[in-house]
Amino acid sequence: MSKLTSKANFNWLLKMAWRDGKASLSRLMLFMASIILGIAAVVSIQLFSDNLKQNIQKQSKSLMGADFIIDSKNAPSEKVLKIIDSLGADASEVNFVSMAAFPKNKGTKLVKVRALEGLFPFYGDLTTVPQNAGKTYQELGGALVDATLLLQYNLNPGDSIKLGKVTFPIIGALKSIPGSTAISSSIAPAVLIPYRFLEQTELLQVGSRKEYQYFFKAPEMDLELLSEKIAPILDAENADLDTHTSTSKQLGRRYDNISRFLNLVAFIALLLGCIGIASSVHIYIKEKLKNVAVLKCLGASRKQSFYIYLIQIIAIGFVGGIIGAAIGTALQFAFPYILQDFLPFDVAITISFQPIIMGITLGVLMAVLFALLPLLNTWYVSPLEVLRGAENNLQKPKKARILVLITILLFIFLFSFWILKSALYGIFFTIGILITFAIMAGVATLFIKGIKRFFPSSWGFTKRQSLLNLFRPNNQTMVLVLAIGLGTFLISTLYFTKDILLAKTSLENKKTDANIILMDVQKGQAAALLNTFKSNDLKVIDNIPIITMRMEKIKGKTVNEIRKDTLIKMRKWMLNREFRVSYRNHLVATEELLEGEFIGKAEKGNPIYVSSADNLAKDANLKLGDAVTFNIQGVFMETIIGSIRKVDWTSMKVNFLILFPEGVLEKAPQFNVITTYAPTEERSADLQRDVVRNFPNVTILDLRQVFTIVEDILDKISWIINFMAFFSILTGFIVLIGSVRNSKYQRIKESVLLRTLGAKSKQILQITALEYVYLGLLGSLTGILLSLVGSQLLATLLFKEPFIPSLIPFLVFLPVITILVVVIGLSNLKSVLQSPPLEVLRKEV
Amino acid sequence: MSKILKINDLEKTYISGSKQLTVISTISFEVEKGSIFSIVGPSGSGKTTLLGLCAGLDYPTSGTIELCDTPLQDLNEDERAALRNKEVGFIFQNFQLLPTLTALENVIVPLELQGEKNAAKFGKELLEKVGLADRMHHYPTQLSGGEQQRVALARAFSNKPSILFADEPTGNLDEETGEKVIQLLFELNKETGTTLVIITHDLDLANRTQQILRLKGGKIISNEKTATI
Repeated sequence: MSKLTSKANFNWLLKMAWRDGKASLSRLMLFMASIILGIAAVVSIQLFSDNLKQNIQKQSKSLMGADFIIDSKNAPSEKVLKIIDSLGADASEVNFVSMAAFPKNKGTKLVKVRALEGLFPFYGDLTTVPQNAGKTYQELGGALVDATLLLQYNLNPGDSIKLGKVTFPIIGALKSIPGSTAISSSIAPAVLIPYRFLEQTELLQVGSRKEYQYFFKAPEMDLELLSEKIAPILDAENADLDTHTSTSKQLGRRYDNISRFLNLVAFIALLLGCIGIASSVHIYIKEKLKNVAVLKCLGASRKQSFYIYLIQIIAIGFVGGIIGAAIGTALQFAFPYILQDFLPFDVAITISFQPIIMGITLGVLMAVLFALLPLLNTWYVSPLEVLRGAENNLQKPKKARILVLITILLFIFLFSFWILKSALYGIFFTIGILITFAIMAGVATLFIKGIKRFFPSSWGFTKRQSLLNLFRPNNQTMVLVLAIGLGTFLISTLYFTKDILLAKTSLENKKTDANIILMDVQKGQAAALLNTFKSNDLKVIDNIPIITMRMEKIKGKTVNEIRKDTLIKMRKWMLNREFRVSYRNHLVATEELLEGEFIGKAEKGNPIYVSSADNLAKDANLKLGDAVTFNIQGVFMETIIGSIRKVDWTSMKVNFLILFPEGVLEKAPQFNVITTYAPTEERSADLQRDVVRNFPNVTILDLRQVFTIVEDILDKISWIINFMAFFSILTGFIVLIGSVRNSKYQRIKESVLLRTLGAKSKQILQITALEYVYLGLLGSLTGILLSLVGSQLLATLLFKEPFIPSLIPFLVFLPVITILVVVIGLSNLKSVLQSPPLEVLRKEV
Repeated sequence: MSKILKINDLEKTYISGSKQLTVISTISFEVEKGSIFSIVGPSGSGKTTLLGLCAGLDYPTSGTIELCDTPLQDLNEDERAALRNKEVGFIFQNFQLLPTLTALENVIVPLELQGEKNAAKFGKELLEKVGLADRMHHYPTQLSGGEQQRVALARAFSNKPSILFADEPTGNLDEETGEKVIQLLFELNKETGTTLVIITHDLDLANRTQQILRLKGGKIISNEKTATI
């Protein structure tokens, strides 16, 4: 016998897919709509996230004032100068500490003179009084003087300040200047002068301590690459590179959590799309099985009939992916216009291609994967269906189904891995979704069995029919409970998560951090100063003892030996540094123990274990157990590195490179740093006036302006979380509408038959409405309850925050989703109620 | 005369719960090439099951079927499909046109499956022959029952089958339309020499065939030649 095979080629499959698809366009559109929606949501959320992150990053630039800075404690070497020249510095500064004199009242004060050349800052502003002083001081050849200092010495713009040989007119009071947010305990009030006068002051003597800073504006530059390339060279030359990205990274957990949240949103949007696809393709393929049986009767092979629909699905996925990506991209451009009144900031839109390409790929993958399970039925459907007209002969291919399910789980895992950048979280998420799905399916099955078992036979016709619809053949209970349930689960989870994060952000934004720092408080002044606080009704937040010291020996070698030894590979800034050190018996919230054990109390006779900040340990090449001898104002003290801490230098709290335990430094000469929180500018001014009057030696640092920038960023983060959550929740609702809309064809035949048998519109509406009420309530309630568990897990494992559930999902989502499901369900019947039965059957079925 | 269909000791049983239901009970018969053969019997007598088995749409519990000199038990699902495509035509009571394809597209599917390049031309000729030249691009829902069955007829003959199975071909049609379809069926049989196996309730129609197989309760109660030439 000759080999029996069909000769139809790939072109024929394409032709058949097109012919069939063309005639089923309206149903395929529903299917495609889910893909479009899912992809549009993923692409727009990804792009919007990218843009928002960039915008926040831009904001973070205003914390630094430039894209990057090269600084050097000494005059930069030739090598460093070459790098600076090749990169083209846009502004530069030389700063040093010097004595300033105020001719008006003969006062003097140690200040930090910053001689600036160029238009620094490039991002953010110099906040001055009067407002335009920051723009005019260079031209007018005057000085900008720290606002607190002016207040302390009762000076005003128009008065003068003498620095070395030059007397400068005070052009304005300097309230804030972009720069590092790190609080140094040795900070001195700043005075800005134009660089061109520096030489005339004659303050820059050879050997005096000064810092050189070069500011660069290079928004397009790949800063990571730059850092990789030049940081080691600069290091070797005792210079430093600071980029704004490192500053924004240091914003720490606030940043991490918004990224995590945005990723979660994208993940959920895609899952919502998948639910839409799965529910629509399930019904679409179910309707096509009869056609497949006919094709097989006519001689089409299993492969051919499978491919016809596979081609359709791929094409729909591809087209849906393109349209979705296009809509997602278009939304980017629409956001600023639609939302300009609501956006608390300007969003500059840029388009990156990765999310678009990923969107199209995801479109095809989602479509094929979620269609595979129903598509498998085309392989196994028997041509006998043509004669029998029932699906009872359909073999359920167990192995193939399991394989498809594993592939779907793998897809979810890979997607979550891509988006969350963590295999562990990916596994958690995938298992979480699987468990949720299983519970939903279990609830639906139990519900069906329960109704069958306790069927209320005495109920009236319409009520009984609506219940019968839930379990008779061709019922949609499982599909809709899964779609509604998972949809509601994802929507509520988003809502709960938003609450978790906003509670956290508002907590961080709470005004409990110190914003006024008083330095150089002498031991004898502390008690009187505390009274001043009391009289101003301000609470002391921290009262920290400070002892100054220098390093004498590191690992047995004196600092002089180390300076001379060219073979020792370490950065040497610490060799000349006067360390301001404190002691306490515990670590604070801005510190995290990385290595060793923090010993809070030194025992007599035992070695003294100190804790080093990780950056100092790295630069000085210090390990646990290394010996460091300090020179504390003439007394040598040998210590051992007992622990290494990570310090959050951006936390705007007083932090230390070296921390001593209690029981060692208590009797050493010391001064104190006292911090407080002043709620208003007036209260801050009152305190400053009192302190200046009674304690003229105390330096006051007002952090209110720096706080404003950080609070601003936190406000934006809260806004983004809110916006993204509601945008995705809206997507979820649309997907739900689509899923319920898909069920139209499931019920239309029955409704037409009832109509033919004489059922009134009211009866048909009642039957349908009740059926959807049951499904809506069951699905959404299960979804919300499961989301409580899911959110608790997210709160504990991902965000590490407490979770207090809101009632909104119960009070709003539950009724709204149920009503939505009923309304869509009833609208599906519109054609049945308005047209003759035969016409409906011809058109719709 | 050679036999195009040989049925030997055919049995089909279904298991329903713990019960075994025998639908076809050890039957044997043969159909001559080019003849018109009818299978009659009351509802539930096993006619449709028998047709499904003969055409290779279903698998027997026991017994053998030889269709166009090919033992069906030796073929897998795809080989059976290819055999149907090459040798078999179908007409169903409820027409079974693909609703998403136009009349012409429905007719040419079997030809396209064979890789035939002039499928459209031949399909048009067939539709003209059954009187539907002006309805070629209509979808099944836009055609009357009689028109749909004529499209099905054109489709059934499009691959020039050796044997054509017709399951109650007039069951869904009024008498007049049914008669026209039967006339057409017989004409095409005469023209092409295709063997016809017709399942029908209609004894008048059965009497116009050359041989009648009567079934009852899954068993053959008679297998007689008629006087029809």
